Amino acid sequence: MQTSTRQGGVTAPTARGGRIRGHRVLFHITAVLVTLIFLAPIFWVVMASFRPAAVSLQPPLPPWPSDGVGVTFDNYSRLGDYGASVLHYTANSAFVAVGTALLTIVVSLLAGYGFSRYRFPFRSVVFVLILATIMIPFQSILTPLFLLLAKMGLQNTLTGLVFIYATLQLPFSVFMMKNAFDSVPKEIEEAARIDGMKGVRMLARVMMPLVTPGIVTVGLFAFLNAWNEFLAALVLLTDQSKFTLPVLMTAVRYGRYGSVDWGAVQAGVTIMMIPCLILFLILQRSYIRGLTAGAVK
Amino acid sequence: MPDVQSHPLPSAAPTPRRRRRRGWHGLLYTLPALALVVVFFLIPLGMTVWMSLHNWPLLGNARWIGLANYTRLWNDASFWNALLFTAQYTIVSTIGLLGLALALALMVQHQGRATGLYRTVWFLPVVTGFASASLLWAWLSNVDAGLFSPLAQRIGLTEGRFNLLADFDTAFWSVTVMVVWKMAGFYMIILMSGLQAIPGDYQEAARIDGASALQRFLWITVPLIRQPFALALIMCVAGSMLAFDQFYIILNGGPRNQTVTAVYKIFNESFVSFRLGYGAALSVILLLILMVLSIIQLRLLRDRGES
Repeated sequence: MQTSTRQGGVTAPTARGGRIRGHRVLFHITAVLVTLIFLAPIFWVVMASFRPAAVSLQPPLPPWPSDGVGVTFDNYSRLGDYGASVLHYTANSAFVAVGTALLTIVVSLLAGYGFSRYRFPFRSVVFVLILATIMIPFQSILTPLFLLLAKMGLQNTLTGLVFIYATLQLPFSVFMMKNAFDSVPKEIEEAARIDGMKGVRMLARVMMPLVTPGIVTVGLFAFLNAWNEFLAALVLLTDQSKFTLPVLMTAVRYGRYGSVDWGAVQAGVTIMMIPCLILFLILQRSYIRGLTAGAVK
Repeated sequence: MPDVQSHPLPSAAPTPRRRRRRGWHGLLYTLPALALVVVFFLIPLGMTVWMSLHNWPLLGNARWIGLANYTRLWNDASFWNALLFTAQYTIVSTIGLLGLALALALMVQHQGRATGLYRTVWFLPVVTGFASASLLWAWLSNVDAGLFSPLAQRIGLTEGRFNLLADFDTAFWSVTVMVVWKMAGFYMIILMSGLQAIPGDYQEAARIDGASALQRFLWITVPLIRQPFALALIMCVAGSMLAFDQFYIILNGGPRNQTVTAVYKIFNESFVSFRLGYGAALSVILLLILMVLSIIQLRLLRDRGES
């Protein structure tokens, strides 16, 4: 906005104005080209996933279904040849992602409220402890996690994965929720307390609506990270019926009997990508808020 | 006494202000978070160090061997190769990512309807996840059914089909291009918020003084985004040092095991060969490297907070 008023200013001589218009055209041409390049891989895989089985091993030129064949869902139904149906694996992924989001929201909401509104012994020690785990890459504790889950009877379960993913989200989420509570004026709470609100009821009835943006951000990041996570799922899930989508699709990518069904890979990639893209487009503001709070603030 | 009477006016009450409650009550709220962190992070962390001092097979008894895993690691050429390859990948991808991200950030730093749209689209690959992006790239780079080789042949760039993934150099570049495509938007946003924090007056004043666009970039923009840039740099280096998905999914460590990264090596030792103790020792080394990077990152964040 600032630039456009400056450039469109009445004081600009016409020659300069012409040059600037030329710059703007050049800028938009470059930007549109970059946009097309960034979109191309996503566009290509989504289009190609609807091609019929017969051409799925041919190069995607053009990517859309052609030669008089309409849109088909062959590639999607063939995903069912890998153990259970594709819906089953999507449900596995959805369970892990939604479970992680809910657990993360509940735990970080409570912790954020506690850190923001209470003083208690070891308060700063506990806070620093939770935040400090972000310095340690979880890849380096994967081996003991594998043994630990086995001890707890959680090996090869989606629930075990939910616990691990939620724990990995905590430093960011607790930090986020504490800040959200910190920015709620104390007076609101005081007024509610005078009306007889206390403890968890106060948190649920009075405070929660006021920190909704924080909850959305925390839940969004937890959902996306759990939906997309690959290495822990690969290591901790050994039973094919428990696989999440990324683990299943890696098995599909390595193929069976020496041949790879690329059509099925395209369908799987589309199923994995679309929910993320839609969620981001709807909740873009929450996403960017989390990004700048976590990284830049 | 009727309830209404006992209510003092909120603003007139000095006591509630001081009633930021003390005692153990608050700890209860933070207990679930603390429990998760202790069980699923601190205990495994301690176990990593403990296991690294053992010969620890998947089945059977663990045997204390002191620092033997570490002396073995010192002489393990494949570990050093993995670290070296990870470093090489980190350098190349960081240069590519931050270079492109800075260019993109400069393009979209000002508000506007079109720039908002560009920003959103350029950010889209970031939210798709490494596994999906890697699977997508594995297909696009495939010599028979993919896009890159057939397209290059179709437009006459190469004679016949060239197998990108069979040769180390082209395989490496294919993965690097994927990572730049996927993550450039992320660093663009970080650098962009750095650019937007520069007061517009500075640029304006320099423009009035007759400074060219290049001069303004070199003498105003570059010094003032040094810190967000350093932060992006550390995040990018830390992220690249932990690369696994793309090399496992697209290349399976090949060709000829030349693209095994540090995390990949740990994965192989722990979960393919089931030498859990040795895998733990490698993890400790990787952890130390990443901790140093994180401490630098915290320093940078703190400096910014104070200034």
